[in-house]
Amino acid sequence: MSVDADTVRKIAHLARIKLPDERVEPMMNELNNILDWVEQLREVDTADVEPTTAVIANRLRWREDEVTDGNVQEKVLANAPKPLHGFFAVPKVIE
Amino acid sequence: MSDLTNLPIAAMRDGLNRKDFSAKELAEAHIRAVEGARTLNAFTVETPERALAAADAADKDFAAGTAKPLSGIPLGIKDLFCTEGVETSASSNILKGFVPQYESTISARLFADGAGMLGKLNLDEFAMGSSTETSACGDTINPWRAADGRNLVPGGSSGGSSTAVAARLVAGATGTDTGGSIRQPAAFTGITGFKPTYGRCSRWGTVAFASSLDQAGPMARDVRDCAILLQSMAGFDAKDSTSLELPVPDFEAALTGDLLGKRVGIPREYAIDNIPADITALWEAGRAMLRDAGAEIVDISLPHTKYALPTYYIIAPAEASSNLARYDGVRYGQRETPDGGNLIDMYEATRSAGFGDEVKRRIMIGTYVLSAGYYDAYYLQAQKVRTLIKRDFEQAFRECDVILTPTAPSAAFPLAEKMDDPVSMYLNDVFCVPASLAGLPAMSVPVGLNADGLPLGLQLIGDALDEEGLFNAGYALERAAGFSAQPEKWW
Amino acid sequence: MSNYRIEGETGEWEVVIGLEIHAQVTTKAKLFSGAATDFGAEPNTQVSLVDAAMPGMLPVINGEAVRQAVRTGVALNCEIHKWSRFDRKNYFYADLPQGYQISQFAHPIVGEGEILVEPEGGEPATIGIERIHLEQDAGKSIHDQSPEFSLVDLNRSGVALMEIVSKPDMRSPAEAGAYVRKLRSILRYVGSCDGNMDQGSMRADVNVSVRKPGGALGTRTECKNVNSVRFVEAAIAYEAQRQVEVLESGGTVNQETRLFDPARMETRPLRSKEEAHDYRYFPDPDLLPLVFDDAYVEECRKTLPELPDTKRMRYIEQLEISPYNAAVLTAEQETAAYFELLLNETALKQGKDAKDVGKAAANWVISDLFGALNSEGKSITESPISAAQGAELLALVADGTLSGRLAKDVFAIMLETGDDPGKIVEERGMKQVSDTGAIEAEIAKVLEANADKVDQYRGGKDKLFGFFVGQTMKATKGQANPAVVNELLKKALDG
Repeated sequence: MSVDADTVRKIAHLARIKLPDERVEPMMNELNNILDWVEQLREVDTADVEPTTAVIANRLRWREDEVTDGNVQEKVLANAPKPLHGFFAVPKVIE
Repeated sequence: MSDLTNLPIAAMRDGLNRKDFSAKELAEAHIRAVEGARTLNAFTVETPERALAAADAADKDFAAGTAKPLSGIPLGIKDLFCTEGVETSASSNILKGFVPQYESTISARLFADGAGMLGKLNLDEFAMGSSTETSACGDTINPWRAADGRNLVPGGSSGGSSTAVAARLVAGATGTDTGGSIRQPAAFTGITGFKPTYGRCSRWGTVAFASSLDQAGPMARDVRDCAILLQSMAGFDAKDSTSLELPVPDFEAALTGDLLGKRVGIPREYAIDNIPADITALWEAGRAMLRDAGAEIVDISLPHTKYALPTYYIIAPAEASSNLARYDGVRYGQRETPDGGNLIDMYEATRSAGFGDEVKRRIMIGTYVLSAGYYDAYYLQAQKVRTLIKRDFEQAFRECDVILTPTAPSAAFPLAEKMDDPVSMYLNDVFCVPASLAGLPAMSVPVGLNADGLPLGLQLIGDALDEEGLFNAGYALERAAGFSAQPEKWW
Repeated sequence: MSNYRIEGETGEWEVVIGLEIHAQVTTKAKLFSGAATDFGAEPNTQVSLVDAAMPGMLPVINGEAVRQAVRTGVALNCEIHKWSRFDRKNYFYADLPQGYQISQFAHPIVGEGEILVEPEGGEPATIGIERIHLEQDAGKSIHDQSPEFSLVDLNRSGVALMEIVSKPDMRSPAEAGAYVRKLRSILRYVGSCDGNMDQGSMRADVNVSVRKPGGALGTRTECKNVNSVRFVEAAIAYEAQRQVEVLESGGTVNQETRLFDPARMETRPLRSKEEAHDYRYFPDPDLLPLVFDDAYVEECRKTLPELPDTKRMRYIEQLEISPYNAAVLTAEQETAAYFELLLNETALKQGKDAKDVGKAAANWVISDLFGALNSEGKSITESPISAAQGAELLALVADGTLSGRLAKDVFAIMLETGDDPGKIVEERGMKQVSDTGAIEAEIAKVLEANADKVDQYRGGKDKLFGFFVGQTMKATKGQANPAVVNELLKKALDG
């Protein structure tokens, strides 16, 4: 499988990375180079193999339902590029 | 370099206990070393005031007889660990100026045990790289130089850590290892690096690269120092759902050097083409050293080894593409808003300006392999092959106690040599990645120099949770190898 | 199955409806962080560093959310999956801090089940549940506070939701409305969601398509975040009509997300250009599979209360309450709880079986109490009259202390003062008089004062009997037992 320029543009948009036109072809070549190389995985027979879920045996621990966190508005907003009245401001979204 | 900075941590500990020198003197000696080594660009942020404050506290503790395991030991912290009040950028422009309001579990544990922080150490951007050249904070230079005087890479992604330890700027450092990021730079700089079993060290507060692979570990002068540091770093953390709820063994106590009755496995699949003869010879020598320490050498097979690297380069970018989605310019980090741009324009501009080429490449690959129609062929297949790789190791550890391989397929290479060819850069991790995929503990021990006088390391891989056996094998190898070479100070 | 049809120019059309209900799980803390979930707090105060997706922050699951999802699944007769998994749903939005929502895509905690709905005036129908999964809520973007910016509040970010997905089994707005009401009732009984649609603790995504009856499924549209039963019904009715018009005028229905506008009671496409979604689901590597055993499911089952359908059947069969009254009493758990308390107290006070006082208790709740509460706009939990007080009132009627008329007077005073009925009767001397001597004395006076009318009565003017009853009641200030008055008057007049 190899990707074409349109796919590269689509993937870049899905990933929200602006890709100037002149970068599309180089990126396409780089991706295809890598994809060609990982292609060899297809030759492995995995018919009855389960995908890995936990690499080291472990079980999911459950928290108690207690309020132990929050009320740290200052910390939450401390690094915000554009804090406004306790909110994070972003360019206006029209729904 | 002064005598104090040349001591291993165990000797610093003894000297501080005996009051041969104060923690303040130790910190000051290191601060001078850091200041004198800016050419190497090992640090992204220097924090001498933190090191001095910890030293003051340590001296009081020594006076009061209340010293802690790492009191007065000045460390460097890889800039992937969030440090409260100290800028943490993961060497990325997108996090430039980010000052965490929290302390990572790993750094918090080290500081709670009395360690000081000399600063934050450079790395490949978001730990994606094998040479520290993808850092937005500039290249870190290996203190070891090529015979022709060219600057070499310190390995990566923990290249700031490897350089700082090798150049005697810090007593020890934290690293993180996703696919070799502790072991390969350790090998490139003649130091020891240890990646514990996945889940031993909490990931809480460490900037995530690939969650199912990321593990913190120590990088230090020798095996004992790594054991001392991991003792403080390891342990259960309820804030990390993948943390192992197990007691932490006494790692230092495991260092006997006696391998009698132990079997060392040599995986035939690691004898790959195009490996320099000196590395093959080193591997041979390593076998002899372990045999001399009492071990039996056995041939083993890890049949899916050749698929490990492509498997890794699907799983790690897939997880990364999702883990790095949070860098969007909304809540922290850099924001770029084109004039009149909407929210999507802001995302695209921010992420385009904030991420470097390698990070973008990996996000693109990761996004692609998870996208509709390709998930089964790439991601699912990779997770299945990962199961097979893990099974290979389970089989192997029925026949042996520890596995010996080279750490990297080459010694440190010159700057810029591999930056234009991602796949050749990825091949650096060919020996490290299988253990990462299987979640196993592994370490690199410096064993010798190549023909050019550059350090080479051997990797030991242990069974899951058998850090003690692994440390002891590393200790035996270290004693037999007697590696004592240091880079000549040129900076 | 509903016979709801849209009459188009080309004939009848059938509507096919599926609902995805997002129900906020009743927990104190969020699904993966320890921040609080209370409604209406200051912006970004109920936010932990995990909810704000700071670098290196990790999720740890709240066991209570798991428990409530399992209890809900059991209550809806669903398959419970003892092995489930969290996946990341990847997309960018300002109020989605991680850049992904942690959800359960491939392996939900709860599988197929069903729910019986009875639309008013329609046929009962069984609606299939496709699945229930746990997921994080997103934050909130506010668009109307600043001319230049949208403002992001993460208080809701990470709050535990159950997404309850129906099969496309509904065929009319009424059926869909009944489904939402029934689901809400069950969730409230179970206690896994407060069902508060005003505050957004329950929202519906409404999927609608139309087809010729029995034909192949049409293209569906989805109206997101509809937040009342009435709006769900209105959105379906509007959307179905619109789709029929589009199709009959030769157009095609676009598979799209639409907004329901409650002001105009219509749907419209989102103004923002909709992106082709590719959510790139994959297992969240920060979490392990969610696993529990049969014993845990049993434990959850044991904590379930009697559910509305079972309760209603019991009322009908054991208490002989009318199906309509039984349905009214069981629709809300609070009503049923009040009724059952009243019933037990009433049976106890009167020394009778519950089934012998059931009808009277039901009638009093539905006609008297509900009438009064409705006129004051109060809910049953705000009733000024406790179940014990209600039982006392019913007992006073049953033992003859109060006549029906007196009971209504006492009830009115209770509503106003909150006093016990016994106290009211005592203090105000409102006891019904059944003492024959006292009544006979009053009758004698009445007959004496109206000797002429007595003669007329005895002369055959039977209708005057009512006049004597009225005069006697008046003379006893309404407290005479009317039955006794009747009997004694008959004896005195007919002699």
